[in-house]
Amino acid sequence: MSDANAPPLLTASRTPETSRVREGWLRLDDTDQQGGTLSFGGEWTLATATELDGRTRAMDPQTVTAVDLSAITRMDTAGAWLIHRTIAEIRGAGREVVATGLPERFGSLFDDVGRADLPDQLEERGPTWLTDMVLRVGEASFGLFREGRRLLSFYGMLLVKGGRLVVQPHRLRLTSLVHHLEQTGLYAVPIVALLSFLIGIVLAYQGADQLRRFGAELLTVNLLGLSILRELGALMTAIIVAGRSGSAFTAQIGTMKVNQEVDALETLGLDPVDILVLPRILALMVALPALTFLSDLVGIIGGGLMSWAVLDIPPDAFARQFREAVPINHLWVGLMKAPVFAFIIGMVGCYEGLKVTGSAESVGAQTTRAVVEAIFLVIVVDAGFSILFSTVGI
Amino acid sequence: MEADIADQPIIRIRGLHTRFGRQVVHEDLDLDVRRGEVIGVVGGSGTGKSVLLKEIIGLMAPAAGTIEVLGEDTGSLTTTGWEALRRRWGVLFQDGALFSSLTVAQNVQVPMREATDLPHDLMDELTRVKIGMVGLPHFACTRFPSQLSGGMRKRAGLARSLALDPELLFLDEPTAGLDPIGAAAFDDLIRGLQQSLGLTVVMITHDLDSLAAICDRIAVLVDRKVVVDTMEALMDMDHPWIRSYFHGPRGRAARRSHGP
Repeated sequence: MSDANAPPLLTASRTPETSRVREGWLRLDDTDQQGGTLSFGGEWTLATATELDGRTRAMDPQTVTAVDLSAITRMDTAGAWLIHRTIAEIRGAGREVVATGLPERFGSLFDDVGRADLPDQLEERGPTWLTDMVLRVGEASFGLFREGRRLLSFYGMLLVKGGRLVVQPHRLRLTSLVHHLEQTGLYAVPIVALLSFLIGIVLAYQGADQLRRFGAELLTVNLLGLSILRELGALMTAIIVAGRSGSAFTAQIGTMKVNQEVDALETLGLDPVDILVLPRILALMVALPALTFLSDLVGIIGGGLMSWAVLDIPPDAFARQFREAVPINHLWVGLMKAPVFAFIIGMVGCYEGLKVTGSAESVGAQTTRAVVEAIFLVIVVDAGFSILFSTVGI
Repeated sequence: MEADIADQPIIRIRGLHTRFGRQVVHEDLDLDVRRGEVIGVVGGSGTGKSVLLKEIIGLMAPAAGTIEVLGEDTGSLTTTGWEALRRRWGVLFQDGALFSSLTVAQNVQVPMREATDLPHDLMDELTRVKIGMVGLPHFACTRFPSQLSGGMRKRAGLARSLALDPELLFLDEPTAGLDPIGAAAFDDLIRGLQQSLGLTVVMITHDLDSLAAICDRIAVLVDRKVVVDTMEALMDMDHPWIRSYFHGPRGRAARRSHGP
């Protein structure tokens, strides 16, 4: 009875590799009271290893007197290892067995695997959690001091080399300075303006909401002027620039370090600090006050528009109140801080960039550090400024 | 049937075209790699050695032509078909391409974890075996790639590419950047592993010593095609590039130390 729909025989036999059942086995034969011959056979490969692993572990080594490998048809390193391990276990149990009958074509693989067995150590033994914690805290504290000292000496070096620039202005790389002014200043205008505008709106809205309860809506103008000019303008801009340009400094210098470009500069008799660091820091010290001024301006405009919309304070009334309530020295206080912040951001960015070692991974790690350290230092210094200015009464 | 399969080429490329914009790299290129051989791929800069390798292992699609690897047409494979096929070969990139956030042992275990359901103990044991087989000392297991020398990184990369006991091994400039002693040791290692594991090896190399020492045949990329033959036969060819390649001072030196 023939089936007309049966597939042609050829397709079934075309891939005998995949259609064959892959199996390996081990069996204990010829047992007497001493034990028996352990035979290994079939396919001992990675595909069968999971199953064979369990079976070889379940076997009792005390029952084996001889090992026969002649029935093995396929073997790879996984299989060879399992057989090795089993034989080692039998010998470990005090039974002197000899493995016989291994097909010749597997001989060198079997020997290679036997030689490759390494001492059992894949993970280094770590300390307990308590010592580990003490270790980490200690390492971090010492690291902090070490880092602080190094940053301080980097600061000193910058002062010396910056001072040299005043005496020998020809050392200044003008092209580089202009390039970085463009990168850190001009290209940062849209993001700084947008964020400052939004901050102005938020401040005006929140301020108006609270002050209206006391019937003192007009004081929103004072709030806006004081907080933006004195604090938020400079601080916000510094944080944006730290994220945008400080990180870029680290990544640029770090990549050059990985490519050994910094070493190349030095061997050519050029000072990496003159060429890479000072133009960046100087550019930032010019760009950041300008950006801060822009931020002040746009923030006030945003706040003014919001006051007009929510509080019905028309622009001319806003301007009059602003001139009366906000003395000009608030603006100076804010703008004075900007170059200091710029110096910190630039210094930390370049310092972390120069600290990059070897790998591309280290560039990423140092960049993260640069941003966190720069923002941290900026806020700490800002707090210092607040105290200073309130003591001298500006 | 078994014998039939053994005789079939393990890689079979027909009518391969590769273009980058208007620049033609390969034109109507045919290549067969036989099972169990070590084949070296050479060619001048820009002749598309690395591109050919990328096309074979499916990192790049050719403009035209068919590539069959281990009997599968790579152009018409499904995603699952690709996954299964990729597990049957290993690739060693130039600097090992180890995952930098993992230790050497963890690197070797990545393919095992992804592709098999081996018990953890066995996986650890096999990892040790592989790392030992490529000639690394046991302390290398716990090291990160950045803590190893270039030669050790290559060996670790080789251990990872052998993790799943592949049938086919691709090597991209395996001896580049090694000192002559390290390079010779690496050649020996590859030859030894190739013989005991029954591997087919395709290696891109510029190292004439490697070509002379371990390659059964050499594929030369010239004129957008490939010329394959043994080193002796290639020496007698008239093609100007092949002549200057094998008859230059380096070619002569390599032949003196290895060849008949």
